[in-house]
Amino acid sequence: MPDLINKPAKTESAKTPPIALRRRVTDHVMTGVAVLTVILVLAPLVAIFAYLIYRGAGSINWSFLTQTPKPVGETGGGMANAIVGSALILGLASILGVPVGIGGGIFLAEYGRNRFGDAVRFTADVLNGVPSIVIGIVAYAIVVLYQKHFSALAGGVALALMMIPTITRTTEDMLLLVPQALREAAYGLGIPRWRTTLSVTLRTATSGVITGVMLAFARVAGETAPLLFTALGNQFWNVRVNEPTAALPLQIYSYALSPYDDWHRQAWAGAFVLIVLIVSAVAAVRFAVRRGTFGAA
Amino acid sequence: MPGPQPTEKAKLSGVPQAGELASPLLRDSTGEAADQAFKFLMWLCGLAVLGMLVLIVYELMLRSSLSWHKFGFSFFATREWDPVSDQFGALPFIYGTLVSSLLALLIAVPLSVGVAVFTTEMCPKGLRGPLSFFVELLAAIPSVVYGLWAIFVLVPLLSSYVEPFLARTLGWTGFFNGPPYGISMLAAGIILAIMIIPIISSITREVLMVVPQHQREAALALGATRWEMIRVGVLRNARAGIMGGVILGLGRALGETMAVTMVIGNRPEIARSLFAPGYTMASVLANEFSEATGDVYLSALVEIGLALFLVTIVVNALARLLVWTVTRGQPSRANA
Repeated sequence: MPDLINKPAKTESAKTPPIALRRRVTDHVMTGVAVLTVILVLAPLVAIFAYLIYRGAGSINWSFLTQTPKPVGETGGGMANAIVGSALILGLASILGVPVGIGGGIFLAEYGRNRFGDAVRFTADVLNGVPSIVIGIVAYAIVVLYQKHFSALAGGVALALMMIPTITRTTEDMLLLVPQALREAAYGLGIPRWRTTLSVTLRTATSGVITGVMLAFARVAGETAPLLFTALGNQFWNVRVNEPTAALPLQIYSYALSPYDDWHRQAWAGAFVLIVLIVSAVAAVRFAVRRGTFGAA
Repeated sequence: MPGPQPTEKAKLSGVPQAGELASPLLRDSTGEAADQAFKFLMWLCGLAVLGMLVLIVYELMLRSSLSWHKFGFSFFATREWDPVSDQFGALPFIYGTLVSSLLALLIAVPLSVGVAVFTTEMCPKGLRGPLSFFVELLAAIPSVVYGLWAIFVLVPLLSSYVEPFLARTLGWTGFFNGPPYGISMLAAGIILAIMIIPIISSITREVLMVVPQHQREAALALGATRWEMIRVGVLRNARAGIMGGVILGLGRALGETMAVTMVIGNRPEIARSLFAPGYTMASVLANEFSEATGDVYLSALVEIGLALFLVTIVVNALARLLVWTVTRGQPSRANA
């Protein structure tokens, strides 16, 4: 009898502290695990940037930025033609893709509250996930097969196809942030709807829309896969739209897989230049836009 | 005319005189016709997005029909890939794509969820901004740069330290044996994991932030420790959304081309060991498309592209639906 009375009390007092202790220990362990995951995720990032600066920035010199590639086996030379080629292809892509993308965004925000709009919205979301290499095949089929040769234009079309869905969705999001009252005020002044959209709604959302465009631009600027069989690459200068053209990502790819140390060095330098160009393009436009909107406001 | 006037007519007749005085904007407006023209133009741009999808499907089907008629379904079930004798089977590529992507998810999901939990629930406020900025910076690095880094840093690291260690400790499972060259399915899985972590963790973070604050408070009020609060109050509520993020990451991993092509070894074989080289659907396109001679060869490659396209479409649509079910109810329109 005393046993029966004592036992529960004993186990209660003996058990409770360990459970609480276990819970507290678990809590600390899980906090530790979360911190560990952060470290594990940040480590490669730090390593990638460290290598880019260590191997890349050290390899950049004047000839890298001003010369075309040397023949196989010779050291020296540079990627000037690839930098210009990338600019050409990206310029074409922007000319083709940005107006359509912004137009699609305007359609979705201003006229797209219906079934057709929903279909376009869903399609744009889905297209954002299509692998870039598949977009490359499509550009090959609609441009290269008709021209019968690889060209900068085909590369531009491929990248434009990738930009359009992204720009459409970000533009729509930005236009929807503009208060309805602004549109109503414009209608109240008798301004037609198209003029309201362009001069009031789009203008108010300018900085957001341009940020979206720059994000799309930055995303396609580093794309290699869709250029492999559209722009193809080129060892020489080319600024003509109908010729195969070098691009920085393509050049990095082929140099990285080459067996030559000097080309490896140039691949790192190319990667560094590519990232610096992307980041500075985005930063420059955002800075300009911010100043512009402050000036207007 | 009795009854209400048509509003268009009222706009046309009523506004111009007043507007000309009030607003210079109106001077070059041409009224209804311009409105209709503008609407039509924007509608065309919207149609272009739909048209793109139709164009992609049409071109892929058109250019792959030759291979489809020649091989039928056995294209996806045979292992032979022999351009010389025009025999094509996509099984090794499908296998490589699936294994490398699943391996990437296996590594990336716990890490991404951990980072998301840390940034939303544990992180000191001052650290939160920079941390998510850094993780999202990972998403801005081009795929080819990941590949470059993987070739010169990750692969040597794997071949001289990680793979010998795995072979010693886990070699008996059969997944980790054979010569540790570094260039392998394992390398592809790891670099893919590094590339999809930003996507999964940023979506998970978004989903965790949508979990109502009172769920957390209720769990804490019941005496839960912080971890118990996260497990019961936060993660359980966010399951569907996290799943959506994971599937979105899977979609990216399936279609990722350059970095994988640079480290996977590009050999159309099916091997049990993760140290063996492999090949993925995207990398075979990257390597062989521009040099494919012969109509059947090219057509077989396009068919691989079509399969890859369809799989990613399904995966992405699924992910969108899952993320929507969690984040809907958030106001999307400021003026609604």
